[in-house]
Amino acid sequence: MEVVFIKTKDDKKVIFFFLFPALLMMTIFLFYPIVRSFYKTFYIAVQNINPRFVGLHNYRKLLTDPAVWIATKNTFIFMIAAVIFQVGIGIVLAVLVDMIRAGKEFFKTVYFFPIVMSAASLGLLFKLLYNYNSGLLNAFLINFGYEPVLWLDASKALLMVMIPTLWQYVGFYFVIILTAMTKIPEQLYEVAYLEGASTIQRVTKVTLPLIFEDIKVILVLAITGALRVFDFVWLITQGGPFDSSQVLGTYMYSAVFQRRLFGYGSTIAILIIVLGVIITSITNKLLGKRDVSID
Amino acid sequence: MIFLKLLTRIQDYFEDISMGKFVIYMVLIAWASTTIMPLLWVTNNSFRTTEEIVNHPFSLPSSFNLENYELAQARVAILNSYKNSIIMSGTTVIIVLFLGGLAGYVIARFDFVFKSVIKKLLVIGLMIPAFVTVVPVYELLIKFDLVNTYLALILPHTAGNLVFAIMMLAAYMSSLSTEIEEAALLDGASRWQIFTRIFVPMSRPAFATVGIFTFLWSYNDLFSALVYVSHKEVQPITVLLAKVSTMYGTDLGLQATAVVITVIPVLLVYIILQKQIIKGLTQGAVKG
Repeated sequence: MEVVFIKTKDDKKVIFFFLFPALLMMTIFLFYPIVRSFYKTFYIAVQNINPRFVGLHNYRKLLTDPAVWIATKNTFIFMIAAVIFQVGIGIVLAVLVDMIRAGKEFFKTVYFFPIVMSAASLGLLFKLLYNYNSGLLNAFLINFGYEPVLWLDASKALLMVMIPTLWQYVGFYFVIILTAMTKIPEQLYEVAYLEGASTIQRVTKVTLPLIFEDIKVILVLAITGALRVFDFVWLITQGGPFDSSQVLGTYMYSAVFQRRLFGYGSTIAILIIVLGVIITSITNKLLGKRDVSID
Repeated sequence: MIFLKLLTRIQDYFEDISMGKFVIYMVLIAWASTTIMPLLWVTNNSFRTTEEIVNHPFSLPSSFNLENYELAQARVAILNSYKNSIIMSGTTVIIVLFLGGLAGYVIARFDFVFKSVIKKLLVIGLMIPAFVTVVPVYELLIKFDLVNTYLALILPHTAGNLVFAIMMLAAYMSSLSTEIEEAALLDGASRWQIFTRIFVPMSRPAFATVGIFTFLWSYNDLFSALVYVSHKEVQPITVLLAKVSTMYGTDLGLQATAVVITVIPVLLVYIILQKQIIKGLTQGAVKG
């Protein structure tokens, strides 16, 4: 079904007055700062004072910095994992919870717990889980007669920071999908039932197509979220050992707030945005435009 | 005896529900256990001392120790920070829902020249980590003389959360039925009336969800709060707790208590708002 936009003569005014306040807020506190960051990429500004114009120096440095390549690769791994596991598990859990009666509220509440807790506290928890000497994982291994494992070595660190990062936000996608499902009228399900659709058919032919627009949004959220990954990586490994778990967010943070290289940090930020724009437009092309409304 | 009875009870219950349901419940419970455990762990540790936590991170408290809670209360002005948090995050939520609703409605229901540009800008807005904007925004706030006022946190938080709010609300509204809207337009209703009387009520679940997340992100955000509103009078609860943990070093027990203290109000808000979502739902069903 194609959505028909209804037109009246005052539409131009409505569009302007409804959009303007939101756009103004975002322009001042979001888009202007980005432009400002872009301006800073042409300067070297240690401590953000006495900036010195250096042309494309920061960009050349970016391309030859091996840590940037590792961080970019790891960020892409995060992105793919976020789409598969966060969105995937979120949708599966939402569909399952939608099928049951008893305990619906319970699951809705408890799946939200990790999001409510700050990343700082969960980071501490996972650090203690992975701890070599007294961590829970090694306690288990020793209990069953195995050798303890160094969980945060270079070969496993990325995986170990990915687990909490992905896990924390599954509940977020779950809630969004569940909310989206609320707009599907009961009658549609009744019709599907009367026409003899199986449960799986009901999910794939009725539920998912009708919330396709919302799924597109959460895919974009998952992809852009992967570009911003920071908390757990910083708290658990700080990107180490030897940059093995470095992502663009942590690398930028360390450039600005540890090494105090404001210009170079801004350049990494621009890289994050450019990558994000490319990937989301590819995603949108692949998913196509499919406006469906319930009529 | 009682135990056996209970067991047969449980057995009867599971015979009632089909095999498929059983598998569904197993999957749901498995995931639930991963999300409940951390909260229990933190709550448990809030009753213990640092030595106990480091040496035995996953055992129960030896005695029910309220010391951390008393410390947390005595050392710091918690109430004032709660008040600050609620004023700042609450205001952010209200502005975000209002402006985001208006913008989302326009994007969902109108076709205009700059629509694709605005959509691209929104996606860009999503990709910006808070620490990219922090320095330029701080410079702006100094210029407007807003540092260490409530607005210093409300304005950037509103801008940051608007992106998500507009995308979510537009997605939800774009697939709502157009029938009622057409009828209202034919009856001569203005766009404003259509927005407030039709779209807002019909999108209540989406508004509630966006409201919850906006509140959470604003409430839990430490990074920008530390920069914009670190003064004692205006500091939100997260800043206070960060100060506590730096002041009292590596007191893990106290930190766990701090987490529990911050989490409780958020959980309450979530549970209350969730009821609201359900209410919106059943109302919609009656009308439909």
